[in-house]
Amino acid sequence: MVHFTAEEKAAVTSLWSKINVEETGGEALGRLLVVYPWTQRFFDSFGNLSSPSAILGNPKVKAHGKKVLTSFGDAIKNMDNLKTAFAKLSELHCDKLHVDPENFKLLGNVLVCVLAHNFDKEFTLQVQAAYQKVVAGVANALAHKYHCGPGLFPDNHK
Amino acid sequence: MSLTKTERTLIVSMWAKISTQADTIGTETLERLFLSYPQTKTYFPHFDLHPGSAQLQAHGSKVVAAVGDAAKNIDNIGAALSKLSELHAYVLRVDPVNFKLLSHCLLVTLAARFPADFTAEAHAAWDKFLAVVSSVLTEKYR
Repeated sequence: MVHFTAEEKAAVTSLWSKINVEETGGEALGRLLVVYPWTQRFFDSFGNLSSPSAILGNPKVKAHGKKVLTSFGDAIKNMDNLKTAFAKLSELHCDKLHVDPENFKLLGNVLVCVLAHNFDKEFTLQVQAAYQKVVAGVANALAHKYHCGPGLFPDNHK
Repeated sequence: MSLTKTERTLIVSMWAKISTQADTIGTETLERLFLSYPQTKTYFPHFDLHPGSAQLQAHGSKVVAAVGDAAKNIDNIGAALSKLSELHAYVLRVDPVNFKLLSHCLLVTLAARFPADFTAEAHAAWDKFLAVVSSVLTEKYR
């Protein structure tokens, strides 16, 4: 269970209020696909992903990035209760999307790099540390409901 | 995993800029590491880790200098970092997971200090380069 101090929450929400969710989401998802090309495996239907500029300019990447980051914004409003907030999304990512939870960590760190890039001096050590906690909390929450089909013990996904 | 010509060019040109602020970049990277990942401090019980500490600055310089050696010998990183590889394997024995954490904090520092240069391509090249450096440093572990 991740616990955030008042200072950490303040640092996170203050920076978040300045973020352009549409642009930042597109940037973060785009950079994930550029820096870790194997993540493109989930996006066969997205069309042209043949180069960094194609990826970053791809309208489907931008739209999906916006969706993802909007969801992240919901996390920011529920920092004390990430597992509950992401329960449904967790099941979706396991049962329907079949995404290895390792990818949540990769995206979280790419998002941190994008925030550092966009906010430079404002992205202080303390702000980074608070955001590392958020992205780790979100990654854990999204992985929490994973069972992915019948296991050895029938009721092990409670 | 090997670096393409384009990636090498990006790495070398970014290094030219880094080298002008090498010491402060090293210090900032370590400070970010210790704040975001407190467990990494377990490798430095003998250090004063307060911001501004001389030991922190000296160590940060060392780390960035080593990254610089790799960049300057980018066609043969294994040879350039051979002694450091042995040091990490037999003496320091830092768990391999920590190289990813340090690499990430260096990337964050570069993103914040060189916004114009930290394009998606440069981000990818440096992430890959630091992964290569990390694997050289851990290749003698077992």
